[in-house]
Amino acid sequence: MQYASLAQQGETAQLGMWVFIATEVLFFGALLFAYFICRLSYPEQFALAGRDSKILLGAINTVILLTSSLTMIAAIELVKRGRRHAERLLLLTALLGVCFLGVKGYEYVQDFQDATVPALNFLLKPGYHPPAEIFWIFYFVATGFHAVHLTIGIAILLIMAEMTRRGRFSPGYYAPVETLGLYWSLVDAIWLLLFAAIYPLGRAAS
Amino acid sequence: MSAITADLPPSYLTHEFTLRSWLLSTDHKRIALLFFASITFFFFVGGFAATLIRLHLINPSTHLLQPDTYNRMFTMHGIVMVWFFLIPSIPTTLGNFLIPLMLGARDLAFPRLNLGSWYLFNVSGLLAIYFLVAGGVDTGWTFYTPFSTLFSNGHVIAAAVAVFVNGFSSIATGLNFVVTIHRLRAPGLTWFRLPLFVWAIYATSVIMLLATPVLAMTLALVAVERWLGVGVFDPSLGGDPLLFQHMFWFYSHPAVYIMILPAMGVVSELVTCFARRPVFGYSGMTYAMIAIAVIGFFVWGHHMFVAGISTFSAIVFSLMSFVVAVPSAIKVFNWTATLHRGSISFEAPMLYALGFIGLFTIGGLTGLMLATLDIDIHVTDTYFVIAHFHYIMVGGTVSAFFGGLHFWWPKITGRLYSEACARGAAILTFLGFNLTFFPQFILGYLGMPRRSYTYPPDFQVWNVLSSAGASILAVAYLMPLFYFAWSAFRGERAGPNPWRATGLEWRTSSPPPERNFERTPVVTCPPYQYDPVDGSYVAQDGVANA
Repeated sequence: MQYASLAQQGETAQLGMWVFIATEVLFFGALLFAYFICRLSYPEQFALAGRDSKILLGAINTVILLTSSLTMIAAIELVKRGRRHAERLLLLTALLGVCFLGVKGYEYVQDFQDATVPALNFLLKPGYHPPAEIFWIFYFVATGFHAVHLTIGIAILLIMAEMTRRGRFSPGYYAPVETLGLYWSLVDAIWLLLFAAIYPLGRAAS
Repeated sequence: MSAITADLPPSYLTHEFTLRSWLLSTDHKRIALLFFASITFFFFVGGFAATLIRLHLINPSTHLLQPDTYNRMFTMHGIVMVWFFLIPSIPTTLGNFLIPLMLGARDLAFPRLNLGSWYLFNVSGLLAIYFLVAGGVDTGWTFYTPFSTLFSNGHVIAAAVAVFVNGFSSIATGLNFVVTIHRLRAPGLTWFRLPLFVWAIYATSVIMLLATPVLAMTLALVAVERWLGVGVFDPSLGGDPLLFQHMFWFYSHPAVYIMILPAMGVVSELVTCFARRPVFGYSGMTYAMIAIAVIGFFVWGHHMFVAGISTFSAIVFSLMSFVVAVPSAIKVFNWTATLHRGSISFEAPMLYALGFIGLFTIGGLTGLMLATLDIDIHVTDTYFVIAHFHYIMVGGTVSAFFGGLHFWWPKITGRLYSEACARGAAILTFLGFNLTFFPQFILGYLGMPRRSYTYPPDFQVWNVLSSAGASILAVAYLMPLFYFAWSAFRGERAGPNPWRATGLEWRTSSPPPERNFERTPVVTCPPYQYDPVDGSYVAQDGVANA
């Protein structure tokens, strides 16, 4: 039967997002699987290449994204309780997302200056062998797809903030914000996995 | 349109007539028909390529197609038939139309997502048409690296993007079905009262959700490698082409079950209705479908027995492939046992269903031969493999699709078709199919490689037989276009339940009203309460012989 109540509709939306998250786990899971298989074949080369990745920038971004999850959850709580100005926390979350993209862009520029961008200006330094380039292909594909997800999240955050400002949500109906929160946590969790795989594990000696 | 519906009661077909009311409809029934139009188009595109291939292969020395064109034709046939017809076929049309009706719901859980899925499908379809018109792809539907990434002359990136976008349509549809089946069942409709078609679509959706993202990532890596000229599958960098095969088949073997499970669901409905007996071993049927969905994820390596995987992993994959045959065999035995002591009648849908059982059995048994390591090494990449999977996908899935279409046509349109024409088409399908593909088993066993541009003269007789069968099959597939078109305009009114079947979809008018049911049905019975002695039945809401 179709929705008898807003609560049932909200729970259904959440279930839909959980199922979507399962597909995303497989999407990024396939990439991480391929990454670890290749890392297993060329541990020294991956460690060499991984040490050229910018771990400080990666760590800053991890802090930014974790903070944004905190503001996201706080925003949901405010909307749930019907407080005014909940949209400000949503906008703050979006701003932190933009900061992440800014840092990431700066990191890409640094990567370019280090001549580690495959096909564009990749340079094999002394002691490096071709498999090192494979590390960087994974790096750009993984962070690129993550950035696309984050950008979509920021766009939806802005829409939700505007809807909140117009009073479209209430303690009885806030399912879209809560569902967005799930998506934002997914983007956050994927980053944690990518961060661990690329920066600390990337530079670990075999 | 108004001519079709002139003398019908108000329904989802008649409540509005504008183009906008179709293209922006969120009604699952209208979206099912939109999908039906799209996939029918692609069925004939893929069929056109198959026609050229079979015409070309009639004679080994006079070549109809240039070698390069020939490669593009079998690639086009594969890509279009797999992603633009077989995978969406039953779920997006019959599934979309029937799942809410069988559940007693007004619509799917996310109606707008459902419409979005159709648009995504068409965007991917336009991309597919683009790469076909621009000159096609010559890699085969499997996109094996490094040929596809570094050497092929075709439009590989466009094809990869088309399949990538197509995957989102698949995921959206699968997600919608899973959530709907969990959340929107009518009161009293417990999991073990669900019709087997619903179980089949559920199992299919789970595979779609868990396998498709892996294909998406794999093709993204292929597209990146093709675009940049360097990539993770590139052996000159130390990349691993076998890794591509693993990732590709991790999706593409379960994809076979995406194609066959819905067909099994359809056939279960048809066999029980026309044998007037409850399905034999209902709960076994549900567990078998879930088992197929789960085990199907662990057999992909049997596509790679000669690719250079270790003997140990080849043995494990061989064993798992035998294991997945067990639940498939359970289903065949259960359909057969359902027929036993039934009161069988041979309407057109039943003819398709019985054809399915026979052809699926042959396809399945030859699958066991291929799962055997030493036979597989002998017949790898020969026509034996081609014949095997066409028995499953065409003999199995397409037969069931046609059977289901005939069975639910009166529900979809409110009208009956010419039974004589339909029976003729069903019998022609069976005969034409066997004449097309049985000779290919022999060809393959004698050693004719697949995708081969020409062949030794000794093989000509089998190739001519196969092409002759294909022409019969083409007629059998075109016939329904005509009598269905006639039925849509002139067919006799069907009434709500022409087959005297038990599902909730038959407890509303034909065609159903916009909101499916006057009031939400309450389920009190398990499905398939048929009595073979007097042919009577009890519908799922407890009404007898309604």
